[in-house]
Amino acid sequence: MGTALSVLHVRVWRGTESGEYQEFQVPRLESQTVLDVVTHIQRKLDPTLSYRFACRVGMCGSCAMTVNGKARWTCRTHVASVSDEERLEIGPLRNLPVIKDLVTDMAPFFDKWAAAKGQFRGSATRNDDFARVSPESRQRRLVDESIECIGCGVCYSSCDVVTWKPDYLGPAALTRAWTLVNDVRDVDQRERLTAVAGDAGCHACHTQMTCTERCPKKLSPTAGIAGLKRAVLSAALKGEI
Amino acid sequence: MNLRTQVLLWGAQRASAAVLAFCVLVHLVTIIYAVRNGLTAAEILARTSGSVAWTLFYTVFVVAIAVHAPIGLRNVLAETFQWRGRGLDLAMLILALTLALWGWRAVYAITAA
Repeated sequence: MGTALSVLHVRVWRGTESGEYQEFQVPRLESQTVLDVVTHIQRKLDPTLSYRFACRVGMCGSCAMTVNGKARWTCRTHVASVSDEERLEIGPLRNLPVIKDLVTDMAPFFDKWAAAKGQFRGSATRNDDFARVSPESRQRRLVDESIECIGCGVCYSSCDVVTWKPDYLGPAALTRAWTLVNDVRDVDQRERLTAVAGDAGCHACHTQMTCTERCPKKLSPTAGIAGLKRAVLSAALKGEI
Repeated sequence: MNLRTQVLLWGAQRASAAVLAFCVLVHLVTIIYAVRNGLTAAEILARTSGSVAWTLFYTVFVVAIAVHAPIGLRNVLAETFQWRGRGLDLAMLILALTLALWGWRAVYAITAA
């Protein structure tokens, strides 16, 4: 550990759906991330603090929390980028049930991936040759724009439509569906378009773009959802759904 | 309401929005033009009475409003008050018919020869 530059005043959510913020003082270090701060509190100040993380390098998507009012991936968020006055307020992700402290129940989030038919189903067997998909094809390029989602829940937590309409599938599940709609090997296209259609599906999106603004991977769920809206409308006009 | 209808309503709202963008623009330009020398009922009626073009234009305008507003309000009510289901759909259908009726009554009033 390096030399402390100053002291950070950190308010951390304690409890479940009901609870309160507890204040801690944490040494401010150079290049310190928000996850470093939470880890310091849990290891040095209060071992009963519950939080979730795994890879610490922005790959696993497990450490997202609400930091100073906005959902962020905490392992790649430097304190310097979110705190002007050496103050942090760290809470659990919005729009998800709180299990304890900073840990949310991600089951509703991933249940919606399943509801949006986020599973690939091909027709080839192990005896078939590899499918050949040109990296330059239009559909493969569209897949490229969304495939890097790490399932962190930042977009879902930031989406006001999810707050207003709890059965809305949300940006992450719809982004996953969009990658599969553009997967030329997948054979469940009609079922998927049906799964993402209508009032609780892609057409509920207001194009507010908070998901796109907050996505730590710089993806654009909004663009994918717009693509789904067009694809579903086209299918509905043809009588396919 | 079945899934296909929900999707088609979304499409109808988008299409009516495009029509409204044009109609509102024409309407605003007309207002600015009409009030340049003051505004009188006689001047308005002189322009619109018996005019097939204005009758068609404002009929399209009214239809677009009657389609667009209830679909949007249906979303607002569902999101704000968690009102869903047949009651909401019926209320919005009544609103659409009311808007169409009132709108057409106004169109008739200024275009009848």
